Amino acid sequence: MSVMGHPDSAGRFGEFGGRFVPEPLMPAVIELEKTFEEAWGDPEFRAEYRRILREYAGRPTPLYHATRLSELVGTDVWLKREDLAHTGSHKINNVVGQALLARRLGKTRLIAETGAGQHGVATATAAALFGLGCQVFMGEIDVERQALNVFRMQLLGAEVVPVSSGSRTLKDAVNEAMRTWVSCLETSHYCIGSVMGPHPYPYIVREFQRVVGEEASAQFADAAGKSPEWVVACVGGGSNAAGTFAGFADSSAKLIGVEPEGGAAIGKGVKGVVHGMISMFLQDEFGQVEEAQSISAGLDYPGVGPEHAYLAAIGRASYESVGDAEVLEAVRVLARSEGIIPALESAHALAWVIRERARFKEGESVLVTLSGRGDKDAETIAKASGAGL
Amino acid sequence: MTRLETRLRALRDDGRKLVIPYVMAGIGEGWTDYVLAAAAGGADAIEIGVPFSDPSMDGIVIQRAGEVALARGAALGGVLGELKGVSPGIPMLVMTYYNLFYRAGLDRIAGTLAEVGVGGVILPDLPIEEVGPWAAAAAGPGIATVQLVSPVTEGERLVRVAAASEGFVYGVGLMGITGERLKLADTAVDIARRIKAVSDKVVCVGVGVSSPEQAAQVVSAGADGVVVGSALVRRILDGGNPLAVEGFVAELRSAVDTA
Repeated sequence: MSVMGHPDSAGRFGEFGGRFVPEPLMPAVIELEKTFEEAWGDPEFRAEYRRILREYAGRPTPLYHATRLSELVGTDVWLKREDLAHTGSHKINNVVGQALLARRLGKTRLIAETGAGQHGVATATAAALFGLGCQVFMGEIDVERQALNVFRMQLLGAEVVPVSSGSRTLKDAVNEAMRTWVSCLETSHYCIGSVMGPHPYPYIVREFQRVVGEEASAQFADAAGKSPEWVVACVGGGSNAAGTFAGFADSSAKLIGVEPEGGAAIGKGVKGVVHGMISMFLQDEFGQVEEAQSISAGLDYPGVGPEHAYLAAIGRASYESVGDAEVLEAVRVLARSEGIIPALESAHALAWVIRERARFKEGESVLVTLSGRGDKDAETIAKASGAGL
Repeated sequence: MTRLETRLRALRDDGRKLVIPYVMAGIGEGWTDYVLAAAAGGADAIEIGVPFSDPSMDGIVIQRAGEVALARGAALGGVLGELKGVSPGIPMLVMTYYNLFYRAGLDRIAGTLAEVGVGGVILPDLPIEEVGPWAAAAAGPGIATVQLVSPVTEGERLVRVAAASEGFVYGVGLMGITGERLKLADTAVDIARRIKAVSDKVVCVGVGVSSPEQAAQVVSAGADGVVVGSALVRRILDGGNPLAVEGFVAELRSAVDTA
């Protein structure tokens, strides 16, 4: 049996996951589960999903042998180039799948939450492609610090709704999206951006991101004639990591998820039930959810997808963390050694590889998912390095 | 049958329409006076909201109230401690989100609730599929777990949810979050009848029931009672004292009595 297979009938990965939503949403998530199962078993649905990823989103993305970086690190490093996918990150894989599902469900509108704006931009893109309406919820603080992505979403025809409740960041955008969804279930599909939320979302999003790991696994075997010994990806909610790990979970590769130090839900969190799922969350002793703090808005989430909590619990994947300073240094290293500016999120995975290089043995290979490109982060990086723009 | 259900059924069978107001715990010093005031105004039971950082079923009024209470340091254990010795003479229910119970430990919380005289709980993010572990913990001390029936809970699911509900069945008046509405939703008029078609339990309707007039409409349409939250909490946020709470609850009382 596959380690990253189907969750059980209650939507559990081991003791994590489940479906903790108010009764008004239950019929909708049950309908979504049924529709996804049918669609995913339907060769025509899969063919269309693959066709759009190929013709529109630029898949397969390359697997790149980063030889200059390898020399610097002293180990063999390969990059899965999700930064080259349309919209600049792996997020497109999921939104194309969910837009197809929305159409199958007869919905005419997508609603979504976003932190940094990457998932919001991807959702707005898919909505435009499919002729669907689009409303994106974004914390007020994120609206301010990601003005460019707000404009991109608007340019794509989406309505961006600033969220002023709670901590005014990603977790509150999720709350607001759920609050809104319940009042427009008939017309709208909630397009969750990561492997989180109530069942079936963590499963659906992982399946739509599985393409990252499956491509990488085949590409690596072709190029190197073996499997990588290490597979590394950054983890906020954990969608690029889940998709990557799905291609290697049944191999002997060590799987490493890299969390931000200020948002290490697995590293520093406690088991809880938030946003519809049992998982690990940063929370106080009373069960109030705490804010994550990371230079990368896309990893600024106090929880993590339930399947990651499960993979950590059974020891199949390890989750370690890196700090903002290491991340900024990793951006610089990759930019200067390979001519690639990674997203701050993806730079977490690179920072871990650079820091932990002594752990890799002679002849071992490390595959890193470069989940997104760093153009969106130029201002943040400049500010953090003391340079103005 | 839980003590809460026995009590509410007896009232219903006497022909009384139930008024169940909601107050946010910890919203100010002396917040338990609002509990007593609601009872004095003629409430039949009271919901005590415990603030949570991520109240995904609540609208702006309850969110604000929760933020105020959290800023004052309100937490589940502390709130329940403050309830100890408060005897409003009517059943008390706690309404909050499941994570607070989960974090504290289910058996421990069930015991504490019973100890301070809370007879029931409403946990909107704990649907029937997930209620098992909590229901097992609540069974011993006899804490009732109220389930929600929504406008889209239909067919076989409606039967199952109504059957699983303890204390009473909470009919959600509309597809949306808590908050005041100018006009009562059609679904709020319809829902009690739909639930009563499959269950003999007490049915109270809440979410979007905002005024004495709307409360009267809901009971006229067949509900056994109403739950009123945001309209009351807004009065408290606007500076209303316990007397104002008592007055508003009395208005609700009189409206449903004469409906």
